[in-house]
Amino acid sequence: MSLQSPLAKVIGLGSARAGADHWWAQRVSSIALLLLGSWFLVSLACLDGFDYGSVAAFLARPGNAILVILLVITIGYHSKLGLQVVIEDYLANKALKVSALILSAFFHVLVAATAAYAVLMISLGRSV
Amino acid sequence: MTTLNRPQSPHFTIYRWPLTMVLSILHRVTGVALAAGFPMLMLWLLAVAGGERDYAELSAYLESAVGRLCLVALTFAFFFHLANGVRHLVWDAGYGFEKHQTRVSGFLVIVVTVVLTLAYWLSL
Repeated sequence: MSLQSPLAKVIGLGSARAGADHWWAQRVSSIALLLLGSWFLVSLACLDGFDYGSVAAFLARPGNAILVILLVITIGYHSKLGLQVVIEDYLANKALKVSALILSAFFHVLVAATAAYAVLMISLGRSV
Repeated sequence: MTTLNRPQSPHFTIYRWPLTMVLSILHRVTGVALAAGFPMLMLWLLAVAGGERDYAELSAYLESAVGRLCLVALTFAFFFHLANGVRHLVWDAGYGFEKHQTRVSGFLVIVVTVVLTLAYWLSL
């Protein structure tokens, strides 16, 4: 016997009011990372070497640059979602938890943006 | 929040650790490790963008013993998180929840992780 009122049932929100989106986003991003991550590692392994020339030439190509930009954005997203759950689990103090969640979100955006910027500069042939 | 200093029975310190429990916490640990590795990927990309000299500087660190160890550890974490992640996706699709199935899939995750890590580094 459900304790939810008919209205609550129709709206579909539980006590946390949100979470399904997080769950689904985590799954979709993990599939994207399965593909992008594997591609990236295999591509690196197929390079002639890890000297500057080979690496820069690889990253400069438009297709590779686009995929690596997508890779770092997806890593940032998936990692942000994952760390969010870890923080929510281990930090009970409200102030600490909220601060950590905000810092984590900002951290992931910053790292993803910087990494994407680096790839963009490489593919544009501009030194940073 | 008040912490009660009440006596507690020991739990994970005295009972055998089920494989599924170990893999579960490893999934979280490797996830956090990969999150820590994310800024390192960023630094690597910045080094390439910075030119030959910046890249050579970073390569010197990466080619040291500590640097190589970190890279191997990161790829191990990646392959484990990937393999166990696929195991999770299979569960999300609704399959493999029986106890013996979780043990078999768990064992497979370990095998796949070790094989992929070894194969990857040997292929370089």
